[in-house]
Amino acid sequence: MIESPSGFWGPVAWIIALIVALLVAYFIRSRGEKAHKEGVQSEEFLMANPRLSEEKTHVRAHNIYWGFFEGLKKYYDPTINTHTGIINDYVIWFTALIATVTIILFIVGVI
Amino acid sequence: MDTLVTHSPILIIAIPLLAAFLTPLIGRVSQKAREALVIASLAFAEFLVIILAKDIYANGLHVYTLGASLPELAIPAGYIVPIRIILEVDGISIFMGIISLTVSLAAAIYSLHFMKEETGQDRFYTLLLLLVTGMLGFEFTGDLFNMFVFLEILSISGAALAAFRMRFADAVEGGFKYIVISAVGALIILFAVGLLYAQYNLLNIAALADVMQYGTIEKIALALLTIGFIMKLAGVPLHMWAPDTYAVAPAGITPMIYVASQACMYGLYRVCFTLYGITLDQLTVGWIVIIIGVLSMFVGVTMAVIQTDVKRLMAYHAISQSGYMLLGVGVGLAVLGDPEALAAYGRQAMNGGIFHIINNAWYKGLLFLTGETLFFRLGTRDLNKMGGMGRNMKFTSIAFIIGALAISGIPPFNGFTSKWLIYESVYQFNPILAVIAMLVSLITLASFTKVFQSAFTGPRLPEYKDVKEVPKSMLIGMAILVAAIIFFSLFPGLIVDHVVSPATDALINQATYISGVMGGVP
Repeated sequence: MIESPSGFWGPVAWIIALIVALLVAYFIRSRGEKAHKEGVQSEEFLMANPRLSEEKTHVRAHNIYWGFFEGLKKYYDPTINTHTGIINDYVIWFTALIATVTIILFIVGVI
Repeated sequence: MDTLVTHSPILIIAIPLLAAFLTPLIGRVSQKAREALVIASLAFAEFLVIILAKDIYANGLHVYTLGASLPELAIPAGYIVPIRIILEVDGISIFMGIISLTVSLAAAIYSLHFMKEETGQDRFYTLLLLLVTGMLGFEFTGDLFNMFVFLEILSISGAALAAFRMRFADAVEGGFKYIVISAVGALIILFAVGLLYAQYNLLNIAALADVMQYGTIEKIALALLTIGFIMKLAGVPLHMWAPDTYAVAPAGITPMIYVASQACMYGLYRVCFTLYGITLDQLTVGWIVIIIGVLSMFVGVTMAVIQTDVKRLMAYHAISQSGYMLLGVGVGLAVLGDPEALAAYGRQAMNGGIFHIINNAWYKGLLFLTGETLFFRLGTRDLNKMGGMGRNMKFTSIAFIIGALAISGIPPFNGFTSKWLIYESVYQFNPILAVIAMLVSLITLASFTKVFQSAFTGPRLPEYKDVKEVPKSMLIGMAILVAAIIFFSLFPGLIVDHVVSPATDALINQATYISGVMGGVP
C-alpha cells in the first residue's frame, strides 16, 4: 500500500473487486440458454445483400479513429510534416534547442 | 561474500565485458556453449547487482576506486582531490543497474531463438554484451569523462545492433541515424565535460559538485549536457530518431536500446541533481525539464495513435512515457530549493517519475517483444495486414494485454501506481500539467485498443491460418517481464519504500554523494 497526502493506493481491493466482477459475469453466463447451437441460431438474418466473407468484416488499423484524425487535422498536418525523417533536420532541432536553452539560462540569470 | 560485495561494482561491469570478448572464441567451439556463456554472465551480473543493491539499501553508497590499496580509498595520500578512476554506486545508480540487467537478461533469452537463423551471431552477442557493459559503466561511474566513454560504448554497440539485420534497408538507415545522433550528442557532452575540466581541473563528479559555481561557463556546460542527454533519451523535439531506430532493431535489442535511452535520462538527473544540485537555478531548469516532458508525453502519444507500423507505434509510446518520467522528476527539480514544497509533493513527484522508469522498462520492454513477435511470425509490422492473432498466439495476446493495460495506467497494474503518484503530486504543483498527463493516458489506452483490435481480434485470416505461437525461449523472455509487471503491480508499497525511495533520496541528497568521495578531505 502507498499513502499520499490525499489518500492511499492498495491493489488488493481492486483485485478482490475484479474477482467478484468475474464471478458475477460467470454466474450470469451460466444462466444463459443451454440449448443454443453454434452455427444454427447464430446465422445472420436473410437480407438482400450478399454475405461478406468473414475476413472482410475485420476493421483494419487505418480505419480506426479516422474521425479523430480528421477532427485534429490542423494539429496533425504540421506535426507530421515536421517529422521529415531527414537526419540533417534532427541535428538542426538539436542545435536550435541548445541555443534556446542557453539563452533561457542566461536571460533568467540576468533578470 | 563480503569480498564479493566489496568488488561487485567493478565485477558487474567487467563480467559482461569479459564475456563479450570470450563469446566469439567460445562460439567457434560450440553454439550452445556460447549461448550458455551469454546467459550465465548476465545472470551472474544480475546476482551481483542484487547483492550490491541489498548492501546499498542497508549501508549506503559504495565507492570503488580502481588501483587503490583499498577500494573505498578515493583520495590517495598527499592529494586533496580524487585522481583515480572511481565508481560511485548509490540508490539511483543501482536502481538503473537493476533495470538494465533484468531487461538485458530477458532480451538475451528472447534472442536465443529469434536470432537462430541469422548469420554473424558471434558479433551479435558480443555487441549485446558490450551494450550491457556500456549501460552499467555509465550508471556506476563517478567520473564525467568515463561517463562519456561508456556512453560511446553503448552508442556504438547500440547502432551496430540496430543495423544488425542489414538485409532490411530500413535497418541500415535506423542504425545510421542512431550513430549520427549518438555521435553528435556525445561530442556535445564531451565539449561540456571539457569546459568544466578547463574551469576546475577536475573530472570526478563528487569533486566537481563540491566546488561547482553557477557562472557563464557552467551555464553553457549545463545547457550542453542537458540537451545532449535529452537528445539521447529522445525527448521532444529531439525524438525523431527513436521511431526510425526502435522500429528496425532486432526483437531483443529494441528494449535494450530503450533502456540505454533511460540510462541517458539517469545521466540528465545526475547532472541536474548531483553535479549542479543546489547551485543551479532549480525553478528554471526544472521548468525546462517539465516542458520537454509534457511535449514528449503529448506529441509522443498523438503521433503513436496515428501509426500503422506496430513497432513505430510502440516507439512513439516510449517517447510519450519518457515524458511522464521527465514531468515527475522535473517537478522535484523545480522545487528542490523549497524544502516545504519538496516535502509536500516534490519528493512524491520524483518517486512517481522514478517508479515510472522501472515500470516502463518492464511493460515497454514486453510490448516491444510482443510487437517483434508479430513480425517474427507474420513477416510484417503493418497493422493493416494483421488480424485474428489472438486465436493463434494465445500467450503473446495475454502478454500484450497485460503490457497494454499497464502502460495505459489501468488499475491495478504497476503503470497506474506510478502515474497516480505523478498525477497527485504534479496537481499540487500545477493542475494543468496533471490534466494533460491524464489525457495522455487516455489516448495511450485508445492507441493500444487500436493495436489489440487490429492485430489480435477479428476473424482468422486465411493467410495466417497456419501461424503458431513463438518458441519457448521467446516466451520465457516475455514471461520474465510479465512476472516483473505482476510483482510490481501486487507490491507497489514494497518497491516504492525499498527501491524507489532510496533512488529519489540519492538524487535529492547531493551532500551524501559528495561526501562519499570527498569525505576524507581534511
